[in-house]
Amino acid sequence: MKTLFDKIWDAHVVSQVPEGPTQLYIDHLYAHEVTSAQAFQGLRDRNLTVFRPQQVTCIPDHNVPSLHQDLPIAEEASRIPVETLDKNAKEFGVEYFPIGHKKNGIIHVVGPENGITQPGMTIVCGDSHTSTHGAMGCVAFGIGTSEVEMVLATQCIFQSRPKTMRITIDGELKKGVCAKDVALYIIAQMSTGGATGYFVEYAGSVVRNLSMEGRLTLCNLSIEMGARGGMIAPDQVTFDYLKGREYAPKGEDWERSLAYWKTLKSDEDAVFDKEIYFDAKDINPCITYGTNPGMGMAIDESIPTLQEIDESGKDSFVKSLKYMDFQPGEKLLGKQIDYVFMGSCTNGRIEDFRLFTEFVKGKKKAENVVAWLVPGSWKVKQQIEEEGLDKILSEAGFEVREPSCSACLAMNEDKVPAGKYAVSTSNRNFEGRQGPGSRTILAGPLVAAAAAIYGKLVDPRNV
Amino acid sequence: MKQFIKLTSRIVPLPIENVDTDQIIPARFLKDTSKIGYKKYLFHDWRFEADGKPKADFVLNNPTYTGEVLLAGKNFGSGSSREHAAWAIADYGFRVVISSYFADIFKNNAMNNGVLPIVVSEAFLAELFESVGEDVSMTISIDLPNQEVKNNSTGRSESFEINPYKKECFLNGFDDIDYLLSKKDLIEEYEQKREF
Repeated sequence: MKTLFDKIWDAHVVSQVPEGPTQLYIDHLYAHEVTSAQAFQGLRDRNLTVFRPQQVTCIPDHNVPSLHQDLPIAEEASRIPVETLDKNAKEFGVEYFPIGHKKNGIIHVVGPENGITQPGMTIVCGDSHTSTHGAMGCVAFGIGTSEVEMVLATQCIFQSRPKTMRITIDGELKKGVCAKDVALYIIAQMSTGGATGYFVEYAGSVVRNLSMEGRLTLCNLSIEMGARGGMIAPDQVTFDYLKGREYAPKGEDWERSLAYWKTLKSDEDAVFDKEIYFDAKDINPCITYGTNPGMGMAIDESIPTLQEIDESGKDSFVKSLKYMDFQPGEKLLGKQIDYVFMGSCTNGRIEDFRLFTEFVKGKKKAENVVAWLVPGSWKVKQQIEEEGLDKILSEAGFEVREPSCSACLAMNEDKVPAGKYAVSTSNRNFEGRQGPGSRTILAGPLVAAAAAIYGKLVDPRNV
Repeated sequence: MKQFIKLTSRIVPLPIENVDTDQIIPARFLKDTSKIGYKKYLFHDWRFEADGKPKADFVLNNPTYTGEVLLAGKNFGSGSSREHAAWAIADYGFRVVISSYFADIFKNNAMNNGVLPIVVSEAFLAELFESVGEDVSMTISIDLPNQEVKNNSTGRSESFEINPYKKECFLNGFDDIDYLLSKKDLIEEYEQKREF
């Protein structure tokens, strides 16, 4: 009678505050340099140590440059938080993958690819895209810095139990449609706040047939419809992905863990607070046209007209299109673009780079486009080189940079200039997200590759 | 954390939906390692031109609007988990944000910093925007013990929900960490008895 979420949540309840929140045990805390400094300082102020240092991993990623990581970070404002994390990790004795370390990269790429993230865990990080880890069958969610401090001090957090939602996507994905398109389609249907208060489980044949990388992309974007987190029941895809990874259990421990992981699925008669169904046949390559991820559409569709927007949302819609310099009812196919960003915790994994490379192979990057290809981790970069993708990319006019969050939120030097259009495989098209005045069009790796080659928005299926 | 019991204040209206935390405070201002001094960055890119001049049409630059209550369109605080958004709002002097719903992480962050997020019905929210549109000096009264918010312009009030534990925290100025630290024995007991 239990959902997958219930099983994991219930196994981590330490206590229940009467009429209050749950005291939830956290198996693993990831921390980066933007949202942890004040938490470590809080420990110092209270004269506390880290309660369970072996359950904490620190990785700088947001301020990390995507070139010349062997040199000190040029911008002082970016260097200080990274140096602060260096100092905090050493002083408090927690695991640390500094810049240049072979396990450095974006936290939400590094955790799963090293097997630190495992089914059945509770995982938090001061980062909303922590929902990514749910793809491996975890309850994983983003938290604020005060909560990071709680976890550092006690390995626990106070949380109200969210409601549960199951989103089932059945059918077979059409050619040229990838996990990112599925996510952008769902968010456009749900709106940017449509899953607020819920923890989502993704199910159905489309989800079962996704690779681990695709599942990570799908869960990553759960927060973009307001969900507390997203998760997928672990199955053979998950187990095959995990087996042999550095932190994954070995030998007898593996067998014992596997037996437990196989119980981690929603019971047949489990009841969700909300059930939603989508059909794969309705999903096409997607883009966004506005300034939140819910403002998305199929690449060959038109932006809604003003008449199609609810009265209360009209002002926000007009403001958003004004920022993007698009017109209500406009089609965006053929629209010239200036930048392409390929990477981030959403689409910075090896499969994403394979898709991108496959499309651009034998073609040439458009001259009017600046392209930033930023792998999600050093492991991904290494794999790109082992598979020879870097050579194909180079022949097509692309350079593979060094791992970082990079232009996803422009905390390093990779900033899209004001007024310029960027087709981005990242997760947010908010105003100024990729640099003050930048205009972001979210898309999957295939649409991004096509835009980089043709210098404009084109349907990758028709070229 | 600062205590909160009752408040009567004027309103600063921001009738925009889906205000994300990148607008509340852009990422490039998240590089400080302290919790204070963020008020100058609050709504920075809506508030200032690229050269730093205030944008006359933004509400925080309009001296006729003042108060400790920020009134916002639905789904306030979506996006990034950055607590800097709550720090900037608190540092600016807001003690209450009212909307018809909030993004979950922002709501927790606000409460952990003594900023009370109050969820009202869409109709009540619309009425508040209308009242402040007609009279900028109208006030609102918040009564936390009775969980009631009142539009003093129309005399209409609405009750709001708050978790009883969080209510106690606000009424007494406690924070979660103190409480969790007092439960360490339970944590160790849990660790010993769990199988996985």
